Amino acid sequence: MDHINTPKVEQVKLLDRYTNKKPAAGTLYLTATHLIYVETLADVRKETWILHHHIATVEKLPLTTTGCPLLIHCKNFRVVHFIIPRERDCQDVYVSLLKLSQPAKPEELYAFVYNPKQNEADRGVSWSTIDLKVDYQRMGLPNDYWEITDLNKSYGICSTYPSELAVPKTASKTTIVGSSKFRSRGRFPVLSYFYKENNAAICRCSQPLSGFTARCVEDEQMLQAISDANPGSPFMYVVDTRPKLNAMANRAAGKGYENEDNYSNIHFQFVGIENIHVMRNSLQKLMEVCEMKSPSMSDFLTGLENSGWLRHIKAMMDAGVFLAKAVAEEKASVLVHCSDGWDRTAQVCSLASLLLDPYYRTIRGFMVLIEKEWISMGHKFSQRCGQLEGDPKEVSPVFTQFIECLWQLMEQFPCAFQFNDRFLLEVHDHVYSCQFGNFIGNCQKEREDLKLHERTYSVWPFLLEKTMQYLNPVYRGSSAFGVLQPNTLPFNFKFWCAMYNRFDKGMHPKQSILDHMLALISQKSDGEGKVIELQNKIGGGCGALTKEANNLSDAQNSLSLSTPNIPQDCAGEPEVSLTNGTAGMKEELSSDRSREQEESKIESHNSFSNGETPVPVISKSIAQAEGVSVVSSTAADE
Amino acid sequence: MEFAELIKTPRVDNVVLHRPFMSRVEGTLCLTGHHLILSSRQDSNEELWLLHSNIDSIEKRFVGTLGTVIIKCKDLRIIQLDIPGMEECLNIASSIEALSTLDSVTLMYPFFYRPMFELIEDGWNTFLPEQSFKQIESLTDEWRLSYVNKDFNVCPSYPPILAVPKSIDDDTIRKVATFRHAGRFPVLSYYHKKNGMVMMRSGQPLTGSNGRRCKEDEQLINATLRAGKRGYIIDTRSINVAQQAKARGGGFELEAHYPQWRRIHKTIERSNILQESLIKLVEACNDQSHNMDRWLSKLEASNWLTNIKEILTTACLAAQCIDREGASVLVHGTEGTDSTLQVTSLAQIILDPTSRTIRGFESLVEREWLQFGTFLGNNSFERGKLKLPQKTVSLWSWVNRPQDTERFLNPLFEANSLVIWPSVSPQSLLLWEGVFLRWNRSSKCLDEAYEEMIHIIEHNKELQSKVSTLHRQLAELETEDVQLETP
Repeated sequence: MDHINTPKVEQVKLLDRYTNKKPAAGTLYLTATHLIYVETLADVRKETWILHHHIATVEKLPLTTTGCPLLIHCKNFRVVHFIIPRERDCQDVYVSLLKLSQPAKPEELYAFVYNPKQNEADRGVSWSTIDLKVDYQRMGLPNDYWEITDLNKSYGICSTYPSELAVPKTASKTTIVGSSKFRSRGRFPVLSYFYKENNAAICRCSQPLSGFTARCVEDEQMLQAISDANPGSPFMYVVDTRPKLNAMANRAAGKGYENEDNYSNIHFQFVGIENIHVMRNSLQKLMEVCEMKSPSMSDFLTGLENSGWLRHIKAMMDAGVFLAKAVAEEKASVLVHCSDGWDRTAQVCSLASLLLDPYYRTIRGFMVLIEKEWISMGHKFSQRCGQLEGDPKEVSPVFTQFIECLWQLMEQFPCAFQFNDRFLLEVHDHVYSCQFGNFIGNCQKEREDLKLHERTYSVWPFLLEKTMQYLNPVYRGSSAFGVLQPNTLPFNFKFWCAMYNRFDKGMHPKQSILDHMLALISQKSDGEGKVIELQNKIGGGCGALTKEANNLSDAQNSLSLSTPNIPQDCAGEPEVSLTNGTAGMKEELSSDRSREQEESKIESHNSFSNGETPVPVISKSIAQAEGVSVVSSTAADE
Repeated sequence: MEFAELIKTPRVDNVVLHRPFMSRVEGTLCLTGHHLILSSRQDSNEELWLLHSNIDSIEKRFVGTLGTVIIKCKDLRIIQLDIPGMEECLNIASSIEALSTLDSVTLMYPFFYRPMFELIEDGWNTFLPEQSFKQIESLTDEWRLSYVNKDFNVCPSYPPILAVPKSIDDDTIRKVATFRHAGRFPVLSYYHKKNGMVMMRSGQPLTGSNGRRCKEDEQLINATLRAGKRGYIIDTRSINVAQQAKARGGGFELEAHYPQWRRIHKTIERSNILQESLIKLVEACNDQSHNMDRWLSKLEASNWLTNIKEILTTACLAAQCIDREGASVLVHGTEGTDSTLQVTSLAQIILDPTSRTIRGFESLVEREWLQFGTFLGNNSFERGKLKLPQKTVSLWSWVNRPQDTERFLNPLFEANSLVIWPSVSPQSLLLWEGVFLRWNRSSKCLDEAYEEMIHIIEHNKELQSKVSTLHRQLAELETEDVQLETP
């Protein structure tokens, strides 16, 4: 690789982020795709793999007596602090990582070299795993009110929209084209979700180019058409997800928001979610809180408050709840936009869909939702995730926030989701990893130009193959919960330690209930198999016992009926026969390959008040295996 | 009986009850000596039985002649009663106030409570000091039981039977007691069988401002050290607070007099500060009007989690000294009745697997809190005078009934003989929603998840036993076959 001058550096120290224990010593390797650190002195070989694309920032800190420090922040919130003995090596690694973490051209992304050893036919299958048309059918489209149009098939009307869109049946081509000209970047109102129980719909678009006075007949007709498509309600909501001030400021630039007087029967509403820059800064502050060394409870809580992070999460959740209520309870349709309609709008619309429709709370349904509201509707993953060299001001944790909202929902409704939080983390990882083609590019047109379907693989089959790991053991099936009504009082929102301090294992519960329950679930299916096998043996062996065996068999049937742990959505899944499960490949992404033999981390504490010789004190992160007996955490790492 | 005097109005009709998550109920309010009862005449299900002793405070308001009494309970629930008639309302309010603040312990509910269940085991005899000491005796002969306090003369707030180092005689102990706050001389709290190290607790030493020393005190705690080994004294007060205590006759162990001990000061707030902290936290949880920033800042300002973190950290420190450093530990604050007990009992939870079982935990509460601390009556002496074992029922009698124990079992429990080290980073310490948000939001979905979990676990157990039954049957069947074939 051109960018790698020094592929291997020895005698590199890795500092532990939270303790003062002796740093590990090892060798640093740079490969075309990963940075790998191998601890040399450890009793057990310990490796840390970091995908280049996961690197958010690389900093060279001032030279110290022990060497040159290199601080790496990852997009999945891993932080590693190396000390490289020679300044020149450090500089080499630094320069290489800058290049490798953000290539100039999309073709240099990992996905273009990643090869799970599939044949071309499988690749095609992999891309057709998730089909949005099926979801439209599931929602009941086309129907009397809505139809699928291919007006945008050559991306002529809106370059950032997909080729197929759902629009009101009564909206003519003139209306659509006219409306698109009156909307920022041509993003005219289209259907996001159709609630077939009452015909109310969630639609999305970008801000109107209204300035202070401008109006557009076609746009007004378009909104009328949406309103007409829901005859059950005398009005529709138009929700501007921005703070009112921001929206007003946009008017000066010839953009803005809908004037209630110009549109018939709309109820206009601001919900006040901040823009991408505010969110980027907020996350930055949150990261600083997470990285504080030995913070007091006050430091942490004050920092959490000052970051504003949970305030933003709550704002998003409130907006999602507003939408879901409007649709399910008021039976009113809602049109949602922000500025361009690809960040806050995507967050809010997808959140509302999750609240309204249990299908999106299944593993497959969630994939559909991401494909539909995020990938196909042109959330600019490439820019927001900083995949390529480019404007750092375009980077923003929009998708991360959405994933967190989902986690907050899972905390409130532990039985309503088919998947567990590991699934969320894995999806989050892949949004940044660029290992698969799904999240590369900013819109469908860009993806087609890059020929991603021919040159890269889709992430969904890869994840579906690992379904068992992502199941929520206490999921009660898609019919158990209808519309979710989360409580959005502030105390319901919690700091997500498993996301933002994910690699600080010492902070997490020492025993994982999830692992334990997943083990039970797999034990259960083993047990059921065994029962049948034994019954067959008994039944086949001796006629006298058949009757008893039958009784047992009945009992067994009733047992299995009473516990629908593996939900049907998942059991009825078509077999995915992809073979990217070769040992090496499977582990490729799991950024931490360390066979971590968790050891006790005793920190020498220097905060004893009377200046006596410090004694080792319980470290912040006693990550020690002693406490672990129910569930071994190493099992999960492998 | 005097209750009648306190109950000015025993009964009011048409009272409306409001409480969290339930629709309003209209009914008749009755006051008895120990309960506030509301019963709707239509439907016997809609009843409230509230112990007066659960009442923390009451407020009254009037709109015209309709009075409203707001009752804040010690379990953090807030109940509102709308009572028609100003006089009735005032009477009810003042009666509740009087009944919830009885000054005579013997008027309290336990003295009137008669168990409606069969007494299978008498909880008063479940955890006798001699019994718990037997176990220690089987492991070491360095300790003995002393009856020096059998008449509560040496230390009125200690139990009559105490474990002390074998080499220390009762006369020495009497002298030590004069040197420790309220006579609370160092006694055994926990014996760590893995390495024979011990944890002791006591009151502060009465060094005063001129640095008084007591050879017997030094002798007593030194007797717990192994040759050449040092011990740790964990003082639950900051060095400043400990310094200030000298002026009032208290103090801390000076290095010069205790060269074999290393003293560590931690800052655990005193009980009145904790009480304020609790009040602030409860207020923050109950105020549903504020936004995210205000909630977080109120949570922070309550200092509740700060206090929790400090207590847990200190307990970890004690546990670490014992388990990792192989050193003995003495824990004390000022009186040795509050923060000291928090630390010694939590350290045992960390170190001792037994204390993580239901029985073991009960025994811990009995040993650390009841015998040395607080509850009904403040110590064994007071409880003896009150004749509690004769006149009241032990909580353990009730809790340990098999059907109840079942309810308290953690379905995920698997015995773990190891020390459990918690994380004390702020990210790891969460607000206990089950207590503090219990009445502020519905826990339906969380309860369902818990039930689902239990269901899976139970089902799995059934399945496993089915498998073994079938295995057995198959084996029997095969033997029969063999027998049939070989006549």
